[in-house]
Parts: sequence; structure tokens; C-alpha cells
Amino acid sequence: MANVFPKWVNTIPIKVMVAIILIVTAVTLGVTYYATPKYTRVGYAPTQPVAFSHALHSGQLEIDCRYCHTFVDRAAHSNVPTTQVCMTCHSMVRKNDPILAPIRDSYESSEPIPWVRIHKTPDYVYFNHSVHVNRGISCMECHGSVHEMDVVQHTKSFSMGFCLECHRNPEEYIRPPEEVYNLDWERPDTEEFNKEVVGFVHDWKVNPPQSCSGCHR
Amino acid sequence: MDATQAALLAKVQPAELYEQPLVTNNRDFNWVTDKICRIVETKTPTWWWICMAVALMTASFTGLGLLWLVSTGVGVWGLANPINWGWAIVNFVFWIGIGHAGTLISAVLCLLKQGWRTSINRAAEAMTIFAVVCAGIFPLFHVGRVWYAWWLFPIPNSNVIWPQFRSPLEWDVFAVSTYGTVSVLFWYMGMIPDLGVLRDRAVQRLNKGVYEGGGAIANKLAEGMDLFRKNFYAILAMGWRNAGNHWRNYEMAYLVLAGLSTPLVLSVHTIVSFDFALAVLPGWHTTIFPPYFVAGAIFSGFGMVLTLMLPLRALYGLHDLITQRHIDNMCKICLGTGSIVGYAYIMEFFIAWYGANPYESFAFINRAFGQYWWAYVMMFSCNVFTPQLFWFKKVRANAALVWIMSIFINVGMWFERFVITVTSLANDFLPSSWGYYSPTMVDILTFFGTFGLFSVLFLLFLRFLPLMPIAEVKFVMPQADPHGHHGDQKGGQH
Repeated sequence: MANVFPKWVNTIPIKVMVAIILIVTAVTLGVTYYATPKYTRVGYAPTQPVAFSHALHSGQLEIDCRYCHTFVDRAAHSNVPTTQVCMTCHSMVRKNDPILAPIRDSYESSEPIPWVRIHKTPDYVYFNHSVHVNRGISCMECHGSVHEMDVVQHTKSFSMGFCLECHRNPEEYIRPPEEVYNLDWERPDTEEFNKEVVGFVHDWKVNPPQSCSGCHR
Repeated sequence: MDATQAALLAKVQPAELYEQPLVTNNRDFNWVTDKICRIVETKTPTWWWICMAVALMTASFTGLGLLWLVSTGVGVWGLANPINWGWAIVNFVFWIGIGHAGTLISAVLCLLKQGWRTSINRAAEAMTIFAVVCAGIFPLFHVGRVWYAWWLFPIPNSNVIWPQFRSPLEWDVFAVSTYGTVSVLFWYMGMIPDLGVLRDRAVQRLNKGVYEGGGAIANKLAEGMDLFRKNFYAILAMGWRNAGNHWRNYEMAYLVLAGLSTPLVLSVHTIVSFDFALAVLPGWHTTIFPPYFVAGAIFSGFGMVLTLMLPLRALYGLHDLITQRHIDNMCKICLGTGSIVGYAYIMEFFIAWYGANPYESFAFINRAFGQYWWAYVMMFSCNVFTPQLFWFKKVRANAALVWIMSIFINVGMWFERFVITVTSLANDFLPSSWGYYSPTMVDILTFFGTFGLFSVLFLLFLRFLPLMPIAEVKFVMPQADPHGHHGDQKGGQH
């Protein structure tokens, strides 16, 4: 009986299979790279209404984080400072600098400066700043080396995996509490220190939740 | 045979072993091919269109119910504390159970060399696959946000979390998806030689140009249909040429698949039973569940095969292929597994008393005499009393009666899952948390719609795919063994 299809049809199944493998691989790699927070969030650095430089204030002048972000160690939410906080210095320092005009306008009109938010946890995540900074997790573990940034940018992925990595191994990230706001602190790579940190985790009863309801309350 | 043996045989006069043939009325091979192929080759019968219309309409209920659920939330089902597993799980276990006859017939009976499987295995496998499709709908949509259902599979993700591997619900995902895959493979691979036959018959008709008799348009249409068949079956047959090495590979692959899927017959419903047995709820936490569930699954599966095959036998005139012997055997399997199920019901009561656990005793007394007593009565009468009638040859010979009883079996098996799921949840340890479960309209629409979905798929199967494995039916005909004992006794012209 004559063949229904010509001979070259025999190669179609193998070609289709190879195509499927290639497409699936490409889609998987593409999604892994382009559709995960490592790509979608890291590097976000919007232009702010005022060209405030953390590198200058926090880095060069060594102003403590808590001078402006006053509630970070006392509340779940870490606040962005009001214009009045800026004016504690800038009513005297560089009081006529044109770059600070929006600050002065805001101070006079009582209209807050519309800072652009960079770091945001989703609505369905409960995150408490105070419990983290008071138990030896430095600002920079999540926000990066802010004291070196002229323009603040998102440096960590903030994916759930990012949170869990620390919640599963807190002793790798905890530092002595007095060093939490010292962004230049370097973790000593000694056996002794590692033991000390394990001691912190134990003594302070650091027990980061890994259950769903720990964060998704 | 030497003279001594002959003399001995003459003296003993051994009784003739009569075995009812599996294809009756002394049919020849060509008749078998023709009979099976003509089901898909002749004009679509009117009853098919009517059934299809009804089935499509019924299937739309499921579509409606699911649309309602997805656009609103799982709350539209009747689930509420403390009964958070209602019809969804009942229907899932019901459909998955029905699917069990397919693998049992195709794998276990194949390994046991049961010749009578051949004329029912294709339809039973189709039934299995369509039942798994219906079953899958319920847990899939029970997750709530169905677009996240892929989280059921262990795929690396930026949340760095995995499914809960300690949960039997996760084992279900693997058990059912494996079962579905193997069933589809088995079904499709078994069909390849028959698809080749259908292709070749279309090619033959096209070459001969046998399109006469009807009007010009009717002839053109018939030719067009055969052109479609030629290409459709040629693609599906994947170049099957009936060559010796094709058959050798086919037989080997079939045997390997039968070996692989035999454990699945037992494992799938065992794991489904773990959904209950691994919980600590009274009435669920029992070791009898796996064997009892497997027996129940095969029971309901054969019930469904009877429900489907008996009307088909009448509609297509398949009495010579699905003989009384086939019906007898299926009824006997129903009797056997139904008795195991009945034994399990009674044994559960005994253990509840013997175990001396007050919660366990209460759970069982509550099942039979509590707020859901009517469900228990339905379950017990349909599943325990109905199959016992199959002891009688007269009952088995009455096709209409067998058909009605096969429906009772499936009604009873649905109620069994309802009794197990709902009664234990409704009345557990604390009377203060007791409740009463009723399904909502959405539950009802979704469930009854799945019968429509199942029928749509099955009707499409009837119309487009070979209903029986042609070659395997021929193997078990008396004519296939012309030199054997049976061939000598009453075989056809060979």
C-alpha cells in the first residue's frame, strides 16, 4: 500500500521534540532570569524630588540612621523623616542653597515632600523593623550599603527566598547589637566570633518564624 | 498418542471440558475487523447526536459552576467549619475510583492472561482516562486560586519553598498524575495497530473509488470523510505497517506497560485512602482503609464498565463480542469486590467496639444512626445487598437488571465516600464544634455536569476511535487456535 505521507514526514516527531525541548529550556531560563525579583526589583533607583545623598549624610558626616528614621527601633514601620527633621540642620547649614529650595517650600507650606518609595513589602507580609534591628540584624542586610549611595537604589531581591535564607540561618547574619547601625562593620571571620553569634541566637531566643503564618498573618 | 494411551482414554472417557467461546456464533476474522471498524466508518447514528446534545448541555453545568467558583471564591461551595471537605473530595474519590477498572482490566488481567479482557479493555481504558479528567477538576479547583495550582508540583521558585511532602494530598498529586499518564500511554499504544487498520481501510476505499449510490453531494461528502480519516488515522498510527518487528516491539512494550501499571492499580487508591487514614479523626484513622478503598474502587469501576458496555452492546449489536461470559465475569468481580467492601463495613464496626475507644465507637454509631443515617442506609443497601444478587445466574443473564444494578453500585459508592468524608468531620471529638453540611447549588451543578463532560468525551471516543482491540479479539477466537482442543471440538471453518 502506498504511503500516506512522504518520507520526510518521518523526521517531524524528532524535530518537534527538539523544538519543544529548546522552547521549554528558553522559557524556563527566561522566566528564571527576567521574571524573578532579582531582576524585576534590584536596581530600582527613582529620581527623588530632592537630590538627597545618603553617601554624604550617612557616609561622610556619619549621621546615625536613627537621626532621621526615628522609629526604626521602636515600631514595625520605619519612617521617612519629616521636613522639620531636615530643617534641624538646614535652617542653619546651607540655608540659601538653591538645591534645598523644595525643603524650604515644604517647611513654609506644610506640604510634605513627595519622596518616592523604593523598598516595599507586599500587603500580605507582616514585617517588623524593630524586632530585626533590636536583635542584631543590620539595616544593610536588607537595604545594602546605603551609606555609599548618592541615589538610593534597591539592592536586594526582597523575594520570599531572600527572607527565608536568613530566617533559616540567623547566625550567619546576626551581628553584635551595638554594630547594627555601623554600616562599615566587617564580620570577623574567626571561630571565636562564630561561636559568639551562636550564643546570641541562643541567649536572645532568636527564633525566626518559618511557618506561613509567621509573616502572612 | 500411542496405543496404550488411546486405550486408557477410551476406558476413562474423560468428560469434555466446555468453555464458552469469547466470540460466539462462529464468526470469522473479517467479520470482527468489519464490525469494529464500521462503528466509526458508517454514518453517525441519530442517537449519537441526541446523546451528544444532552451531554454537552449537562457538561455546561460544570463550566458554569467552575466559572462561578473562580470568579467568586471557594466559599460558593458548601464547605464551612468543621466540614471543610465536602462534595469536592467526595466527587474526586468517586471518579478516581471509577477509573480503576481500566488499569485492572488492561494490566492485571493482561498479566493473568484473561482472554475475556480483550473486548472490553479499550472502552474501560477510555473510561479510566475520562474519569481521571473528571476527578482532577475537583481538587484542582478546591485549591481556590486555580492559577496557582502549579505550586502543587515541586518546581524551584524564588519563594524557596516546596510543597509539603509529608502530606498525603501531595502524594495524591503524584499518584494521580502518574496514573493518568500511564493510562493514556497504555490506551494510545494499544490503539496503534487498530488506527493503522482504519487508515488502510480509508486508503483502500479511496483507491477503489467506491463512492456511488447516494447523490452527487453525498458521494463527495463520503469521499471527503475518507480523506479526513486517511490523514487523521495516518498521523495517529505513526507509521504502523503491521510488520513483524512492529508487532514484536508492540507486544514487548505492552507487556512492560502492563508490568508498570499493575502496582498503580493498588497504589493510587491506597494513597487516596491515606488522605483520610493519615488524619487522626475517628472513623478515618484506620489501617483497613487502603485495601477497603482499592476493593471499593474496583467495585465501582466494574459497575461503571457494565453501565457503559451493556447499552453499547445493544446499540451496536455487539452480542457476539461481549458475550454472556463477559457479563458473568464482570458481575462476579463486582460480587467479589462488593463482598470485600461489605466485609470492611462490618469489620469497621467490630474494630470500633473491640478497640474500646469511645470516640471511635461514637463515630461508627453516629454514621449509622446519626444525622446522616440516610446516607449510610443508601450506601449499605446499594453496596452490600445489590452485588449479592449476582450469585444467581438468572440475574446475571438479565442484561436490563444487571444494568440497573450497576447504576445502584455507583450510587452506593458515591454515598460511601460521602459517609466517610462528611460524617467524621461533622461530629468529631468536641460536641461544641459539631456542624451539619449541605451542598450548595454550585456544588450540585459542578458535580452533575461532570457526568456530561464524561459522556461528551466517551461519545467522541465511540465516534472516532476503535472501540475494541481488533487483533487481540482475534487472538482469543476459537479460530485462532485451529489445532487446539477447542478448535477440534467446535471451532469454525479453518
